[in-house]
Amino acid sequence: MDIQSFFQDVLNAFQWGSFYALIALGYTLVYGVLLLINFAHGDIFMVGAYIGFFVATFLLGTYAVHLPFHLPHLVIFVLTLVITMILTAGVGVTLERVAYRPLRRKGAGRLYIVITALMAGLILENGNLALLGASRKAFPTLIHDTVYTVAGVSFTNIRIVVILAALAVFLFLETIVRKTKIGMAMRAISFDRVAVPLMGIPIDTVIVFTFILGSSMAALAGVLFVSAYPVLEPYMGAMIGWKAFIAAVVGGIGDIRGAFIGGFLLGFIEIFVAAVFPSTFRDLISFGILLIFLSLKPTGIFGVARAQKI
Amino acid sequence: MLKIENLHVSYGNIEALHGISLEVQEGEMVALLGANGAGKSTTLMSIMRLPPPEAPRVTSGSITCRGVDLLPVAPHLVVAKYGIGLVPEGRRVFGNLTVFENLKLATYARKDMEQVARDYERVFALFPRLADRKDQRVETLSGGEQQMLATGRAFMCGAKFILLDEPSMGLAPLLMQELFKVLKEVNRSGTTIFVVEQNANIALKYAHRAYLMEAGYIVREGAAKDMANKDEMKKAYLG
Repeated sequence: MDIQSFFQDVLNAFQWGSFYALIALGYTLVYGVLLLINFAHGDIFMVGAYIGFFVATFLLGTYAVHLPFHLPHLVIFVLTLVITMILTAGVGVTLERVAYRPLRRKGAGRLYIVITALMAGLILENGNLALLGASRKAFPTLIHDTVYTVAGVSFTNIRIVVILAALAVFLFLETIVRKTKIGMAMRAISFDRVAVPLMGIPIDTVIVFTFILGSSMAALAGVLFVSAYPVLEPYMGAMIGWKAFIAAVVGGIGDIRGAFIGGFLLGFIEIFVAAVFPSTFRDLISFGILLIFLSLKPTGIFGVARAQKI
Repeated sequence: MLKIENLHVSYGNIEALHGISLEVQEGEMVALLGANGAGKSTTLMSIMRLPPPEAPRVTSGSITCRGVDLLPVAPHLVVAKYGIGLVPEGRRVFGNLTVFENLKLATYARKDMEQVARDYERVFALFPRLADRKDQRVETLSGGEQQMLATGRAFMCGAKFILLDEPSMGLAPLLMQELFKVLKEVNRSGTTIFVVEQNANIALKYAHRAYLMEAGYIVREGAAKDMANKDEMKKAYLG
């Protein structure tokens, strides 16, 4: 492998790692607060991509009802990101309200909530299939691919945007969770849920906030993903969701740094395995590596064993 | 300040309190005594309105705070709106946060920032050890320090009425005395205190009045010094 294709692969790995990290965040945030693995989260990513599609095509004036003026593509791209994040956060919060909260109120065991999450994911996928049909959709080009070449390594502007977005999100979330009161409340809930309302903190508000963060980051990942690979289909969230979940676990689920390190680790393993072996071997070998990794450190990189105290 | 009348509560189908009545006046320090399983913690959980399964369900009776019915109130509002703070059994401090973060978290719902600043000073004056360990993770604190933090946290909630559940548990006798002295001091400066204790000796030494519980009933009540002299109390709880 020559040095140029090595750097090319590193860049690719960072891009894929960024997607995984942005999605893994949602798993890790919700798990950190509720100890719930929100298996519908990969499908939130898919919903985000679709919402992004409709927002973008609306802003482009594709429909009968459209804006009375034309916007530059860059403005449409930014607006699409913001509006999609807001709308998808609404979907995440609705999911929490109709699927998880009633079970939590009744004191249902975690197994039932996890099963509910799986079902909610299937409902989102199949709801999409029923509403929009099986045909794929093409995401409109909002950012024109500009290819830069530095010392023989070529990269596109969208790739740089993806990586920068992931880093910005990381800093943003770390600040929220470390420095703000609601972030402290999120960490406190994972330690002792019963004691949190005794501090005058409405638990439901903290949970809703968590779903807003997780879902909007998945939406960000969704729009960026289809900007780079512009094909939408109802099951697009399933595989990438599983992978991001594994990344979150390998990083140490419940820890934001873990979601990022896990995401990038998975990105690197995948890209470099594919660089050496035939691409059909990629997932087999990557997951094999992760399996060995987890058997050596079952709590993940940043995870600590959770002592159950009654 | 707090009035409980004919309160029945149950965990599932099992009734844990069989119609208790008690009252705490503003400015008082009242003790609730009794053996393990008598229903003392259950009483406090009911007042805080924590939801099942951790806390019991009220089946009949009433809990009022300054005449307002507390039964339909959400637990975080019992703290934030009615100013009732609980120092729970086993402390339940957040071990994954620092001492200062634990205290800051308790001010979550407060808007009166000047008073909050004064409360920090007060807590650190009452428990200088907490000031020394401000940035330490709470898991690394000793049991006594954690109890101080749990108590300080209730002050930081802005509570004017503090419930404590077995604060002496697991503390060395000297620390126990120290803690109750602090409670007494706080009580003198205007905070109402309702303390659940198995250690009747120490509770009766500092409280104004006391109730004695047995198997979900209140079996005796009176001024603390009278209770301490009762023969049966001596036999059963004071050793």
